[in-house]
Amino acid sequence: MATTVFMEALSPTMEEGRLVKWHKREGDAVQVGETLAEVETDKAIMDLQARADGILRQVAVAEGQTVPVGKEIAVIVAPGETVGAGRGTGDEGRVAPSPAATVAAPSPAPRHSPPAAAAADAAPVKASPLARRMAKESGVDLKLLTGSGPGGRVVRRDLETAAARPAATVSASAPVAPVPPPPSPVPVSRTGAPYEDVPLTQIRKTIAKRLATSLGPVPHFFLTTEVDMERAAEARDALNRQLGDRGKVSFNDIILKATALALTKHRACNAWFQEDHIRYWNEVHIGMAVAVEDGLITPVIRNADVKPLLEIGREAGDLADKARSRRLQPHEYTGSTFSVSNLGMFDIDQFTAVINPPEAGIIAVGSIVQKPVVVDATVLPRRRMRITMSCDHRVIDGATGAGFLKTLKEMLENPLAMLL
Amino acid sequence: MPNQFDVIILGGGPAGYVAAIRAAQLGLATALVEKEKLGGVCVNIGCIPTKALLHSAYIARLLREAKEFGIEAGAVKTDYGVAMQRSRRVSDQNSKGVEFLMKKNKVTVVKGTGVLQPGKKVKVGSDSYEARKAVIVATGSRVKGLPQIGLEINKTTVISSDEALFLEQAPASMAVVGAGAVGMEFADIFHAFGTKVTLIEVLPRILPLEDAEASDALTKSYKKRGIEVLAGAKVTKANVGKDRVALDVEANGAKQKVEAAVVLMAAGRAVNTENIGLKEAGVQLNDRGFIKVDQNLQTTTPGVYAIGDVAGPPMLAHKGFREGVVVAEQVAGRRPHPIKYDNVPSVTYCHPEVASIGLTEDQCKERKLDYVVGRFPFSANGRARGTGETEGFVKIIRDKKYGEILGAHIVGSPASELIHELAVARENEYTVEEVELAIHAHPTMSEAVAEAALDSLGRAIHM
Repeated sequence: MATTVFMEALSPTMEEGRLVKWHKREGDAVQVGETLAEVETDKAIMDLQARADGILRQVAVAEGQTVPVGKEIAVIVAPGETVGAGRGTGDEGRVAPSPAATVAAPSPAPRHSPPAAAAADAAPVKASPLARRMAKESGVDLKLLTGSGPGGRVVRRDLETAAARPAATVSASAPVAPVPPPPSPVPVSRTGAPYEDVPLTQIRKTIAKRLATSLGPVPHFFLTTEVDMERAAEARDALNRQLGDRGKVSFNDIILKATALALTKHRACNAWFQEDHIRYWNEVHIGMAVAVEDGLITPVIRNADVKPLLEIGREAGDLADKARSRRLQPHEYTGSTFSVSNLGMFDIDQFTAVINPPEAGIIAVGSIVQKPVVVDATVLPRRRMRITMSCDHRVIDGATGAGFLKTLKEMLENPLAMLL
Repeated sequence: MPNQFDVIILGGGPAGYVAAIRAAQLGLATALVEKEKLGGVCVNIGCIPTKALLHSAYIARLLREAKEFGIEAGAVKTDYGVAMQRSRRVSDQNSKGVEFLMKKNKVTVVKGTGVLQPGKKVKVGSDSYEARKAVIVATGSRVKGLPQIGLEINKTTVISSDEALFLEQAPASMAVVGAGAVGMEFADIFHAFGTKVTLIEVLPRILPLEDAEASDALTKSYKKRGIEVLAGAKVTKANVGKDRVALDVEANGAKQKVEAAVVLMAAGRAVNTENIGLKEAGVQLNDRGFIKVDQNLQTTTPGVYAIGDVAGPPMLAHKGFREGVVVAEQVAGRRPHPIKYDNVPSVTYCHPEVASIGLTEDQCKERKLDYVVGRFPFSANGRARGTGETEGFVKIIRDKKYGEILGAHIVGSPASELIHELAVARENEYTVEEVELAIHAHPTMSEAVAEAALDSLGRAIHM
């Protein structure tokens, strides 16, 4: 029996995927678990695996082509089996058969023997007739929705929720974009065309959507504090001297660790806003914004509050490398409870970061600079760093955020406080 | 601790006994506290005995019209006392049925009045009981009079349904105050048993919560058979005598006197929230007097739930049934499907019956919805002509764009049975097209449902 190969959701937020490379060709024998193709998701390049043994047929998507999740891209058939004629390659007629269509096109199949080809069709999307109609009218692909009705059936409520956050749904007829050239930091050229249109890459699309669901709907407010990093710098120097070749502790590691520890004392900031409830996390998973070619991603350091500094440093390094080579697995960039964005290395004094929903807060870390500071009535040069916290006001109130920031500041100004 | 249960339920009416059965099915040790007979108002002094009496009324009317069908039954004699005795037997059977279900499901029934104590404890008399998981309050409601105008229920000349159900004979005349479901049904019953009935409703039309077309149809039907219908009529004063009551009624600016041997109060119900320890246990009431509950039907005291009439309107047994199931499942750690309160059918079992679900046309107008109405009268239905039950219609209001069934209203002898096709349709989000596509057997009165759906699409066949 034939098995349809679909574009699968290889990341939790993936809505479409670009077929980077076919590992198997039309007519190749494939086995369950073998890699059929490499697919670029919104986050990384992932393997699409075979879910049946057989021969790969009807490869409908070319390398470089982008198709929505759920789209049929090939079929795996038994040796010698032919695929029933008249099978559409797309999902037209399966997405939202209207009642009228059901009448107009009675199945020509004999009553008691369902044709084999019909079995090859994947299970249709479960949706109420009303939902199908609304989806058809508004051009929403039902496959991209999570059904909240009985048995995961898509009902009107799901379409209304989807309509309320347009970024989360993508029309089934979304244009299939050709492979975009990797947008490199090209210097402006005075010759040639006055501008260049560069199609959005998968990751850029996701960034656009994710951020639009943040700064728009999430009521942000910002708190800034300046931290004296003198003692943190001394502690870091001492630790690194002692570590020698065994590793290095960076300021970023110290900030991640201090943030995680401060969150354990301020659970109110370690939370997710979830429409009808707030989820206060008892575990601390720190998202760490990493700049990658053409975008950013926030890999997660899990349970950062209980991990030693050196381990945080090692993990942060590994995750950043994986992020840059686009090999992060979904579990490595999901589930953070709070995030840290550090632009200190770019000589940014102070900035505000956009919250990564559903998290309720993020801190933006500036560079450490020497400044004249009055200490005990004397002006002294001190290394100072500015931290700006963005808070979701639906979860965190001013004083709540300030309390957390104060603890964080105390920990950084007196690193021994981390031992308390 | 012999008096420990997982769940203790106060009240053995529809909401309570169903919660008990479902909780027991899910393996919870369950106790049900009831001071009277199991089954509550519904089984003993509500839904069930009135349906028995309404059927007696129906037979009386049928026999009076039988000649036309070729049957001579002679002079039809009615005896309310006999009908009442039969209705009592039906109630007792049903109450025994609930008793049997409790035994079958190993629910411990405690006789007495349960009083909540802090900490999921319940006192019944001098015995203490403790719930490990939850206490469910399902104490229901009772009839209430209008003492502010002198219409306090005295159980002789001013009565409620509680007394009407036990009368040995039909009174010569009766004023029914309130033309909701209860008033409509008793007006129907007593009229069939020879009582001169005056139906008084303070709101502008009888069955004020139903679609205006349903109210109109019933007004016509009642007037035609000789029931006096006064809508938009306010009782301003009542003179309660020993065997007569004189009411001053003001309708449309005009004053009139209504005299009757008996006044039946059918104007609203009061919930049973007194003397069951709610306050002491921290269970708050809302500003309308119902127990305050969240979307999971939990009260302001964690672990204490309220279901049925005490938890708020609509005060209908089937709404209580569902709440009982949902709370029991929640307590057992399941995740039940949330209740769609906008999809609770409402039925009045007078003749012709009135059944509805969803919005009325007036509500659609108020909400500025873009809708289309489809209608089909039973006078155009073959089966209805055959049985002579041609009164009434099916009316379906659909959303103009998507065909969603916004509301459905049926007036007709089998309305209470026909409405469920539309309840299923709405629950599953079928549009009028799916309703019409389902093949309806011919000849049936159900065909009118499909035809009304078709009519909303502008293509009714038999009209």
